[in-house]
Amino acid sequence: MTATPALDLPALVRDRATRVVVTCGSGGVGKTTTAAAIALLGAESGRRTVVLTIDPARRLAQSMGLVELDNTPREVAGLEGAAAGRLFAMMLDMKRTFDDVVVEHATPERAEQILANPFYQSLSSSFAGTQEYMAMEKLGQLAAMNEWDLIVVDTPPSRSALDFLDAPQRLGRFLDGRMIRIITAPARAGGRTGLRVVTVGIGMFAKVFSRVLGSDLISDLSAFVSALESMFGGFRQRAEQTYELLKTPGTSFVVVASPEPDALREASYFVERLSAERMPLAGVVINRTRRTAAVPGAPALPAARAEVALAQLHGDEPAARLAAMALRVHCEVATAAEHDARMAERFRTAHPDVPLVGVPALPADVHDLDGLRRIGELLTPS
Amino acid sequence: MPRNAIAAPILRDGFPAAARLHVVTGKGGTGKTTVAAALGLAIAQTGRKVLLVEVEGRQAIAQLFAVPALPYEELRLATHGGRGSLWGLAIDAEEAMIEYLDMFYRLKRSARGLKRMGAVDFVTTLAPGLRDVLLTGKVKEAASRTDPDGHPSYDAVVLDAPPTGRIAKFLDATKEVAGLTRFGPINRQSVGVIELLHAPRTVIHLVTLLEEMPVQETLDAASDLASLGFHLGAIVVNRARPDLISDDLLDAAGTIDAKLLAAGLRRAGIPTSAAHAAALAAEVEEYAQRQRIQRENAARLDTLTLPRVELPDLNPPVDLGELNRLADCFLVPASELGP
Repeated sequence: MTATPALDLPALVRDRATRVVVTCGSGGVGKTTTAAAIALLGAESGRRTVVLTIDPARRLAQSMGLVELDNTPREVAGLEGAAAGRLFAMMLDMKRTFDDVVVEHATPERAEQILANPFYQSLSSSFAGTQEYMAMEKLGQLAAMNEWDLIVVDTPPSRSALDFLDAPQRLGRFLDGRMIRIITAPARAGGRTGLRVVTVGIGMFAKVFSRVLGSDLISDLSAFVSALESMFGGFRQRAEQTYELLKTPGTSFVVVASPEPDALREASYFVERLSAERMPLAGVVINRTRRTAAVPGAPALPAARAEVALAQLHGDEPAARLAAMALRVHCEVATAAEHDARMAERFRTAHPDVPLVGVPALPADVHDLDGLRRIGELLTPS
Repeated sequence: MPRNAIAAPILRDGFPAAARLHVVTGKGGTGKTTVAAALGLAIAQTGRKVLLVEVEGRQAIAQLFAVPALPYEELRLATHGGRGSLWGLAIDAEEAMIEYLDMFYRLKRSARGLKRMGAVDFVTTLAPGLRDVLLTGKVKEAASRTDPDGHPSYDAVVLDAPPTGRIAKFLDATKEVAGLTRFGPINRQSVGVIELLHAPRTVIHLVTLLEEMPVQETLDAASDLASLGFHLGAIVVNRARPDLISDDLLDAAGTIDAKLLAAGLRRAGIPTSAAHAAALAAEVEEYAQRQRIQRENAARLDTLTLPRVELPDLNPPVDLGELNRLADCFLVPASELGP
């Protein structure tokens, strides 16, 4: 058996063959910061890089020193190194991206109808999969521009990392689905032949929904669905194209986790899923790994050993007080480090082939390029 | 029933005994599910029957209590003698919709048929707020249900709610859908849910870490929720690191005297104390920096004037024994109780 390979992200983003890096993982693991640090690594290695974030908290904006992010890539100033390329950052405007898709795929008259429909407004601004779907759409657009050497995509803060892969298909299935056919069937049948074709399914649907939702709602809905129908083909085709792009060798997925059971469980699911879908996984970053300080020429004191030493200390002269404080701190740090190492080890043995890199927990949040650069260094395997 | 010699525990300030519904939210990664479970256990320890509810389809309750995935029904998770017990429920929007159609319209058979056709998925997709309406509707049903004898089925319901970024939208989804369906039975049903969630008997607790982003989200959520007319309960500070630093042992630059430390370590029987002293000095200095950040963030939370509960970092995975330890943090310590 060979040891688990180390994940070398700086080498990955330097590689000219790498065109797209997608970071994914559950919420609260530092995904956005990791994406920004990866993008900075790429840009400072000389590549023209754009990073796309979807996070409404605008955290990336802060860490990049940008005041505002919108659907247009904005250049980030302050890159270092003689070979530095350029770095751009942007935040996804979900609704605008969706509107653009509608405008592109429908006649002006139709598009206007769709954009004004209350159901479209609800779907485009709050459907649980729209964000993911539009992130994919935007990625597809960026990739098609041929303007970028490297595109780094930060995925939406989903409940489950898997939503990101499923949502575009779910939306596609929904827009192309049986219910849509049923709901538009009376209109189509009426329009074409003047015959009323009412199947058992439609009857049941109409009965339940007009009773529960009221008939106004049904007619709004029916109008929306009929208007959208002309776009079905386009929607599905684009979703499929982007999905295929994700499978190409130029794409790499980076799964981000923290050394906690929930985050690692999500990471495991994602690793399995990527492998099942034959999506290229670069590896896993475990952020916020707590570590003891290295002792030259000796292993760190185990927490239990520090406790024994602590019991030897009496008196309140400064040397004893200082040593007692340091040993108490070390017990706390070593216990946490032992826990985090155990968590990482558990993941490693479950996925022996997946490259891993652990990033130490930083005392303070990252706010600027220096902080991102520091993370870039920590992402470099020793 | 034998009289209990020991007085029943009492919940801390911020967790009013009269509260029927406790909503627990927090930024992703702050451990709100664990907090919700510990709070549920604490309330059960005060002799009440408590329902712990999750709504995000993660089966997080089952994971925490090491039981098989919860079906769409209420199962007992823990008991505390007498009435004190904790029950768990994982609400699924589809099942909630079928139950709802059956309850209000006696349409169970049609509802099952619609589910097979994908109609439920369709409707909850198209009107995304509807999913949240179904989930909050079921929470309301559980919180206001009564037994045949007229007593409430549960004394309290603890909801492991969506994260702070989504909480206001989740709780007020009913208002939005009430707008889409201006007439009809859904509109009527909505009113009851809106009333319960905004009533003083519903309190919202915010879980945070003493880090910058979680504290910022907590402050934002607190002001949003308050302006929407919700009642806030307590701030739960999770995974607080213990205060171990004596400031007088650090110099003004935040560093410590490594030679003095080496001397102290020698006395404590640590060999090669100089090498260890350098490492431990680095750890102390970093820990002190974290401690300062932790204090600054705690101070930022002071602007909220809400009661605060601190939970220690138990280094997950958390098991039932550890959950009970966390539960104790929600209770007034025996030493502070009167005779």
